[in-house]
Amino acid sequence: MNTAGSTIVKTDKLAFEYIRRDEEGNVEGITRAVDDVSLDMRQGEFIAILGHNGSGKSTLAKHINAILYPTEGTVWVDGMDTCDDEQLWNIRQTAGMVFQNPDNQIIGQVVEEDVGFGPENMGVPTAEIWERVEESLRAVGMYEYRKYSPNKLSGGQKQRVSIAGVLAMHPKCIVLDEPTAMLDPNGRREVIRAVRGLNEVEGVTVILITHYMEEIIHADRVFVMDKGKVAMEGTPRRIFSQVEKLKELRLDVPQVTLLAYELQKQGIALPDGILTQEEFVRELLKLCAGG
Amino acid sequence: MLRDITLGQYYQTESVIHRLDPRTKLVGTIVFIISLFVFDNIWGYLCAALFLAVVIKISHVPFKFMVKGMKAILFLLILTVGFNLFLTPGEPLVVIWKLTITKEGAKSAALLAVRLIFLIIGSSVMTLTTTPNNLTDGMEKLMRPLKVFRLPVHEVAMIMSIALRFIPILLEETDKIMKAQIARGADFESGNLIKKAKAMVPLLVPLFISAFRRANDLAMAMEARCYRGGEGRTKMKPLVYKKRDVMAYLVLLVYLAGGILIGRILL
Repeated sequence: MNTAGSTIVKTDKLAFEYIRRDEEGNVEGITRAVDDVSLDMRQGEFIAILGHNGSGKSTLAKHINAILYPTEGTVWVDGMDTCDDEQLWNIRQTAGMVFQNPDNQIIGQVVEEDVGFGPENMGVPTAEIWERVEESLRAVGMYEYRKYSPNKLSGGQKQRVSIAGVLAMHPKCIVLDEPTAMLDPNGRREVIRAVRGLNEVEGVTVILITHYMEEIIHADRVFVMDKGKVAMEGTPRRIFSQVEKLKELRLDVPQVTLLAYELQKQGIALPDGILTQEEFVRELLKLCAGG
Repeated sequence: MLRDITLGQYYQTESVIHRLDPRTKLVGTIVFIISLFVFDNIWGYLCAALFLAVVIKISHVPFKFMVKGMKAILFLLILTVGFNLFLTPGEPLVVIWKLTITKEGAKSAALLAVRLIFLIIGSSVMTLTTTPNNLTDGMEKLMRPLKVFRLPVHEVAMIMSIALRFIPILLEETDKIMKAQIARGADFESGNLIKKAKAMVPLLVPLFISAFRRANDLAMAMEARCYRGGEGRTKMKPLVYKKRDVMAYLVLLVYLAGGILIGRILL
């Protein structure tokens, strides 16, 4: 969705420090995981946050759900300050969170019970819980599996159940913290398709944290994190047109983008930041026809 | 394979007993157990036997599954019956070498055997016809009044159901760690008991670490989904008593009254 609305998540000079302690509890060292990050995300956007391990992207994500509190600076979710304890549950309801390991976030012993867990906690009446469960499971294409035990599902299916579990809480925004890191390529595609569906069909703001480049192609905006700071910001096309800088940040560029970049360097007049194979073929044919 | 392990001993089939509210079954089992200790004559026990037989019949669970539960307590049964038989003072009945069986001893041993056997079979009927999940739900709701005494009823029930969910996952993990250790030359099979127990240490340490990590992740995921204890929580599948539960309670009452009265009338 490109018609972005009002601000849903805003951070101002956000910084977070992990304090490492030895066995006696003395401070051994301080790691500044997030450092001076100011950004804002608007309702309905598909945001991708990219970065290699230890770049601070997961720490940033945990601030949006008020799991971590800023050391310095402020985070607002839908106008609520995450440091405000009275708003804690409203914040968690507004910004749902999906974690990396599907096994460690499914609570129910049956798929439908797990999806109902969030609404149960919120005190939603029984009849409405069932409605929400059905609609959420349909949205991620897992309705046929509602009676299954989560242990019998594949990784991608489990992760889609987790997404449905968050969706059933009717959040305005979903933060996905590397939801595909533990999945095989098939599971990864399944999950990303479901996430895109949520954004496009349901209009939910999606904040996808990942280190897979292919997954950010459909995002409206991308933030690239490095050493706790936002190193790059822009549309996927703009990000991918800066191949050298991405390499500096130890991030891989999709193969087709890299090929276009190398051809460009050899003097072939392809446009910057080609993202998909279809686009590449089209541009190349255009060149051939023109030349 | 480890992951095919069945939890509890739930026997999947269709019957009235299966469909009863777990609370009804829990109360029923408790009442049945109490009745075994209240009845003090043969007619009462005949009554209990009849009641048990009818319940087993309509539960559609094969009788051999009930008997399976007996194996675990067979040793205990023989031991207690033996003690009662030989060590109760009273009027001697049979004397074998130095052991004397008294009339009182024989009576109390028989009584004890019947009580224990009925008790085990009675509670097996409950666990065989109720899923562990349902059972936890039932217990939570039944014990809710105990909250007055600051007993964390909801929390205990939640812990139990999470444990049930994680048992297969941790079993799978054990299997994985075991294979990884075997691949690097660990030996879990040979040696005596002490050696085998020692070989388990390198298995248990990583398992515990991983269990703690999972617990930490799960706690975070639960908080992220607005979990804040049992306060103000609604239920997706609330327990509601149906007509058949009322019937079951009535049958239970008739059984209890009948068992107590029949002895008074006939003796």
